Amino acid sequence: MLVEQIMTRDVVTVNPHTPLIEALQLSRARRIRHFPVMQGQELVGIVSDRDMRDICPSILDPNWESAVRSLHIRDCMKRDVITVHPWDFIEDAAAEMFRQRVSCLPVVQDGKLVGILTERDILHTLIDMMGVLAPSSRIEVELPNRPGGLADVADILRARKVNACSVLVFPGDTPQTRRLVLRVQTMDPRHIIDDITAAGYRVIGPLRTGGRAG
Amino acid sequence: MKRRSVIIYSEDVLRYRFGEEHPFNPLRLRMTWDLMNELGLVTEDHIRVPRPASEEELALVHSPAYIEAVKRAGSGQAPPSPPGGGEPTWEAFGLGTEDTPIFPDMHEASALIAGGTLLAAQLVMEGEAEHAFNLAGGLHHAHRHMASGFCVYNDIGVAIAWLRREYNVRVAYIDTDAHHGDGVQWLFYEDPNVLTISFHETGKYLYPGTGDIHERGDGPGYGYAVNFPLEPFTEDDSWIEMLHQALPTLIKGFEPDIIISQNGCDGHHWDPLTHLSATTRLYREIPRLVHQLAHEVCGGRWVAVGGGGYDIWRVVPRAWTMLWAELSHQSIPDEIPTAWLARWQPLAPDPLPVFFIDPPGTFPAIPRRQEIENRNRITLRRSLMGTPFFT
Ligand SMILES: [Zn+2]
Ligand SMILES: [Zn+2]
Repeated sequence: MLVEQIMTRDVVTVNPHTPLIEALQLSRARRIRHFPVMQGQELVGIVSDRDMRDICPSILDPNWESAVRSLHIRDCMKRDVITVHPWDFIEDAAAEMFRQRVSCLPVVQDGKLVGILTERDILHTLIDMMGVLAPSSRIEVELPNRPGGLADVADILRARKVNACSVLVFPGDTPQTRRLVLRVQTMDPRHIIDDITAAGYRVIGPLRTGGRAG
Repeated sequence: MKRRSVIIYSEDVLRYRFGEEHPFNPLRLRMTWDLMNELGLVTEDHIRVPRPASEEELALVHSPAYIEAVKRAGSGQAPPSPPGGGEPTWEAFGLGTEDTPIFPDMHEASALIAGGTLLAAQLVMEGEAEHAFNLAGGLHHAHRHMASGFCVYNDIGVAIAWLRREYNVRVAYIDTDAHHGDGVQWLFYEDPNVLTISFHETGKYLYPGTGDIHERGDGPGYGYAVNFPLEPFTEDDSWIEMLHQALPTLIKGFEPDIIISQNGCDGHHWDPLTHLSATTRLYREIPRLVHQLAHEVCGGRWVAVGGGGYDIWRVVPRAWTMLWAELSHQSIPDEIPTAWLARWQPLAPDPLPVFFIDPPGTFPAIPRRQEIENRNRITLRRSLMGTPFFT
């Protein structure tokens, strides 16, 4: 999936001369945590609600009001902006956010700001991927970390004429294994579980007894 | 008013069947009916014969395209195109799958079950009966546009929508099937006059996967869907504790005009499809509590339906006979009649239980009992806190 498929297109921006108070109010009213800072058509910085609050003088300061009124976005914005392209892969954008410790990335194409990608957008995609997209049962299987396991399970599903509405592969408990999580569109996955077991793979869950499920 | 209870039943409901190998086996209804009759719990004036729901009644909750698809499927025709275009397939309507295979006259058989629950609701509203039980009802997974989880038409949804239209009453729906009552929940998700309450095994592994505590309704209906997902291997005591903590608060707070309860008994330890660990003690307790609340809150107006239950030999006949005894104010002996056992034991794959209530020690102890109970208590509190009835 590409960044443009999940980014927010309707971006609220500020400029370096926007008074801090105005931006703070906008942030609260629209529940926005990050503003790209634009000078005309050009992206010149980024500012978070945290950056803005951090430069506010203490409320105990007798000159608080005039001090706040003198502040502008240019006083707290970050000028060194990391951006992504709308055609970047989501996983690359997510890795970049994680590595750089930023929680949003402006999306820039041909020098123009076309969207913004936030942690929330990434989480939302992850929830969709891992979530219950259709009525289904969940099966978790340990696969050896070598070719063929996934194909075997796929063959079993095909033979049973059961559709999988999601398939995820996680690292296993050891480097030799992978953990396969399937959501299958049937209320009675017993045959599938039996077939997977008969094919020599360990079904981690569901368990038929009261032990701890994987 | 006479304390009259009725049961909706005829042999015709046994035509709702998906084939020999399918876990949803109508033999369970025949066995249950036989057990009730063996005990003399059913007399002529208890019995009402279901009528099929009309297409117009089904369309209260199902799309015309879906009804058309079911009719075609059951009469050997080709599938229609799904709404919104695309290749004509049965799968788009949830039909012809492993779970819901096509069978002859499936529209007629399914409409009869929906009509049975409608009739139950009608008799209760007209004062013809105080309580009514549609043994074959409880197909809570069916969706507006598709079949799901062995359910073709959502008989409960049809009855609730009909009650809303004909009588404009407030309906409380209590679902204690081991699977989440998703179909009914989604049909009334935005309606503040229908409170849907579902107790079920968490969707961690079990179908349909929904029923999280955060599913609370939407728009004006926010707060009027309540879910209690139970940990796998939950036993009677924890489950009963949750029912007693939750139901009186919710039902007295909501003040319904009528209660509809779905009585799937697939949370039993022996059920092959789920991972809960209840015994038949739970299935005596649930109807007791619902019955009491119906008298306390809504003048006794109570419609009960069956539902899931896939240990058809050892669990379903006992659970639903106890339900009928409760609903019809009759008592039953502790033991299963020997004549009934003699008739069915030769066909059963396992030894049939001889008591209605599973004696203590019938099932192995659950190793993580304390942890399961604690987690259920947390779920209970969090779920109740999000309802408008929490004080
Ligand atoms: Zn009563
Ligand atoms: Zn069920």
